[in-house]
Amino acid sequence: MRKLLTTLAAATMLAGAAQAATVYPLSRATILVGSPFDFKVEFNSVVKPEDVKITVNGQDYTTVLGKGDFVAEEKGKDDKVLGSAVILRNAKITKPGKYDVAVTAGNETKTVTWDVFETSALPKAKNIIFMLGDGMSVAHRTGARLMSKGMTEGKANGRLAMDDLDHMAFIGTSSTNAIATDSANTMSAYMTGHKTAINALGVYADRTPSSLDDPKVENIAEAVRRTTKKSIGIVALSELEDATPAAVVSHTRRRADKAEIVGMMFDVKPDVVLGGGSAYFLSKDVPGSKRKDDKDYIKLFKDAGYTLATDKDELQTAAGTNTGKILGLFHTGNMDYAVDRMQLKKGTVDKFPKQPGLVDMTKVALDNLSKNPEGFFLMIEGSDIDKASHPLDWDRAIFDTVEFDHAVAVARDFQKTHPDTLIVVTGDHTHGVSIIGTIDDTKEATEGRERVGTYEKAGFPNYEDKDGDGYPDSIAVTKHLAVFGNNGPDHYETFKPKLDGPFEPAVKNDKGQYVANPAYKDIPGAVLVEGNLPRDEDTGVHAVDDVVLQSAGPGAEGFKGYMEESDVYKVLADTFAMGAPAK
Amino acid sequence: MKLHTSNGYANRRAFVSMTVAGALSVIARPAAAAEPISFGQLYSKFGVLGLEYSDRIKALAGKPVSMEGFMAPPLKAEANFFVLTEIPMALCPFCSSDADWPDNIVVIYLGGKQTFLPGGTRISVDGTLELGSWTDPDTGFLSRLRIRDARFRAA
Repeated sequence: MRKLLTTLAAATMLAGAAQAATVYPLSRATILVGSPFDFKVEFNSVVKPEDVKITVNGQDYTTVLGKGDFVAEEKGKDDKVLGSAVILRNAKITKPGKYDVAVTAGNETKTVTWDVFETSALPKAKNIIFMLGDGMSVAHRTGARLMSKGMTEGKANGRLAMDDLDHMAFIGTSSTNAIATDSANTMSAYMTGHKTAINALGVYADRTPSSLDDPKVENIAEAVRRTTKKSIGIVALSELEDATPAAVVSHTRRRADKAEIVGMMFDVKPDVVLGGGSAYFLSKDVPGSKRKDDKDYIKLFKDAGYTLATDKDELQTAAGTNTGKILGLFHTGNMDYAVDRMQLKKGTVDKFPKQPGLVDMTKVALDNLSKNPEGFFLMIEGSDIDKASHPLDWDRAIFDTVEFDHAVAVARDFQKTHPDTLIVVTGDHTHGVSIIGTIDDTKEATEGRERVGTYEKAGFPNYEDKDGDGYPDSIAVTKHLAVFGNNGPDHYETFKPKLDGPFEPAVKNDKGQYVANPAYKDIPGAVLVEGNLPRDEDTGVHAVDDVVLQSAGPGAEGFKGYMEESDVYKVLADTFAMGAPAK
Repeated sequence: MKLHTSNGYANRRAFVSMTVAGALSVIARPAAAAEPISFGQLYSKFGVLGLEYSDRIKALAGKPVSMEGFMAPPLKAEANFFVLTEIPMALCPFCSSDADWPDNIVVIYLGGKQTFLPGGTRISVDGTLELGSWTDPDTGFLSRLRIRDARFRAA
């Protein structure tokens, strides 16, 4: 059915008189002066090369960008002819300003405008620590503050580290093909300055089926390598090939190209790489590998001078070895949630008992990268905030936000002794989640919903931090936060933290539809919550709501008001003066 | 982060039942009873640098075994194999691309045609255990642990 509709839509479009070609970069693109990018024009029909006219600011485009290759027929699925194209790889514009690109061929025409921007002549900061709480929404922050600091008479008993970042902005997260968004296109916009399509990293999404031929734009790791001698670090709790860490270094239309992403990471060779996802580093013959080739990236990284660490003890050893390069792989897949690693020992903690936490990894990365007198760019991802939010496991998501904030505190301590450091703390997208009160487990009730306290009946939760480590001693307190998502599949709401392991809200039935997971049906007080998403959605989805970005340090004044995710890159590029005016 | 299903990754799981065309000849099994193996016995070690087959699994390579688990839909409708998983794949909410299979799956190549059972049915598979990486020529699906010439029934 979907295919039929697509065909109909295409037929309707083709019936129009003048057709619009597509030009990449898209209109209103912001391009760092001097950064390489691929220029592509897609015509909707087969045109003759002599009929193609492309101008940039009125001049023939070849004088401004160089000459591209003409592709007579681009082929789609099943060799369907899509039309002609012009492709120019690694174009570069060395003068800032407004660029009008006009394209015509036959009855096809398109005009786009690019803003090529330069930066300050001199760097504002030596180091940037870019900290991304994946999916981090306002409720995660509020929940982290309530859970770890507590509240008395309406005032927080303590502040999160991120609460004291003094500049902030609202960030729009939408993708080029939808108001909705995923962690690939969002982080890609932060890391390249170009918005893109859902599931894409470091490229504009073109029409050809290959995921590796799409028009590329420069990412921040490449820009740092091109314009500075700074070190680069990547720290994540997810697989290192997952969208957020991948966006720092890679170019693909499909974030699922994880084996290729490891290769792209190796090409850039960030100095410190810490996280999960070792399965894509192992050659195909090793049980547990997820590669389909014989490449052994563990060996390749080691041969390139990296010290390997596979658990928290080895990480400490590697931190002391002074090689300058560390590859830390602590899980074959995603690392476990903070509350499982630190307290409950659920998930896969029995198989990987010595995983370091985000705080350990942040400390090692900062110690190591700060040895470079030229400075560094470090990306740190609190990956599991999102991973727990999808299956509506809000207690885990908030506990992971507390851990993320502890990593922010480490960065802030570093900033005290290294004031030439910009810290940015943000999310890549939000979730539809809110805290609406508390749940009192001591209250007698057949249905869990009767234990929910709203308005004055909510009172205050009774989490404790007796050992003073900055984490609640347990999430299983008698009066805990009432956190609910506004979307999801059918599921049983248990009104309780999931102490036996991460929540799995829905399972697939024999018709291929996701239905409430019966494993939670008989938990006392559980009620069926009917989903509001199509039945092929297995978990909650990302929200389109703005993200709150906070920042402190030199350069932070660039964050204010409403900004697109792609605008954030401008501030980063400016902070390092990566597009300084030519002398 | 889950992958989005709009690009078709999830479609391979959207079927109810089907038949599998395998090799036409069913190899006669030896009279000796197949050794029962379980998911918990496959590996002696889980580690960042790879999993290690248990001694028992290594010793049973090339020998008849029987194993219980759940039938996960094949990668493509025309595939002549399916994946045996420890838990029903419906309980794996993030498994939406072939890279996202759990690391302890066993790939089953049937000896003859059999009608698939509805997902979620616990099955018992009999066949010959095979170790080592092998790429399915029709689908490109790479497996490391297989049961060949297999038959299955509801457990």
